[in-house]
Amino acid sequence: MAKNVKIYSTPTCPWCIRVKQFLKDNNIVFEDYDVSSDRLRADEMVKKSGQMAVPVLDIEGEIIVGFDREKIKQSLGV
Amino acid sequence: MYDLIIVGAGPAGITASVYAARKKMDFLVVTGDIGGQTAWSGDIGNYTGYQFITGPDLVEKFEEHMFSYNTSVKGGEEVIEVTGAGEGILVKTNKASYQAKAVIVASGKRSRELGVPGEKEYKNKGISYCATCDGPLFSAKNVAIIGGGNSALDAALQLIKIAKYTYIINNTPKLGGDALMRQKIEGARNVEILNNTEVTAVFGAEMVNAVKVNYKGEEKILPVEGIFVEIGLIPNADFVKGVEKNSRGEIKVNSRNETSSPGIFAAGDVTDVPEKQIIIAAGEGAKACLAAFRYVARH
Repeated sequence: MAKNVKIYSTPTCPWCIRVKQFLKDNNIVFEDYDVSSDRLRADEMVKKSGQMAVPVLDIEGEIIVGFDREKIKQSLGV
Repeated sequence: MYDLIIVGAGPAGITASVYAARKKMDFLVVTGDIGGQTAWSGDIGNYTGYQFITGPDLVEKFEEHMFSYNTSVKGGEEVIEVTGAGEGILVKTNKASYQAKAVIVASGKRSRELGVPGEKEYKNKGISYCATCDGPLFSAKNVAIIGGGNSALDAALQLIKIAKYTYIINNTPKLGGDALMRQKIEGARNVEILNNTEVTAVFGAEMVNAVKVNYKGEEKILPVEGIFVEIGLIPNADFVKGVEKNSRGEIKVNSRNETSSPGIFAAGDVTDVPEKQIIIAAGEGAKACLAAFRYVARH
């Protein structure tokens, strides 16, 4: 069963683009929240990660800040 | 023992790896990340062959090229020491130790930090080193940009559109950078430029809520929720022992990318090569690899 993956990102952030590309390359379906325009999702991201930084990944409740390839791979089993 | 170890995988390291692969050297790339500063760049219009490409896209091209040769890359490894000269150079990382006849240091540069109390605690909790990335999170908030050069002005131009009020805290008598950018900033209503001003501390609760500054001995506390640090770059060269460096901490190289230590070569932004550009770093990586190849063939 595929894991529920959410990404909180901004359109201009280079690492956000890289994370999304990485997920696509690995055929991972994800929901993308643009926190530059969605205030509620931005607050939700800060609450979840305890940080004011993008990108943030929520993989079934596991929070990963930044493009941490190894952690993401491990969490998704890819 | 490897023929060659390349430290870093930005434009210099990756280009060196392509040359090493084509020379069929027995080599390894050890790096914390892939792409280096290029991965953080926005739009690039001066890399020959691409009239326009974004930083992340160019890095993807670099990466594809590197991996097309079955190159062995130790990713996510932080190099803590490069020592020795002549026979067998030791590369120690946070995970392992490797030995090679030659090493190319292509570890680039990183953002300079403020070095004030509160900076470490509030990193990513209001303090950011990437306005392009995190700027949009501070819409309708008060922010401070630290610095007075082009990267600070660039951050300011982005933030005055988003933030409620922007302070620019600059420790020199006036802002540097391009005149055109300066004019745009000086014409904005929601910005205040504080020259001759030093940051002395960052305060907060869970997140940043203020920055303390010093203007000619007078202390002031500015209520801000975001702090963007744009005070330049420093070379990632501390781990390279026994090579000569200049006053900026850059590794000195000659026209063949040799350092003062035989067998240790360096390329790209970590060196004292004039002009820090992606295309120059890539070219320097190629030169360093060819020089290292000749060195290994002789030893």
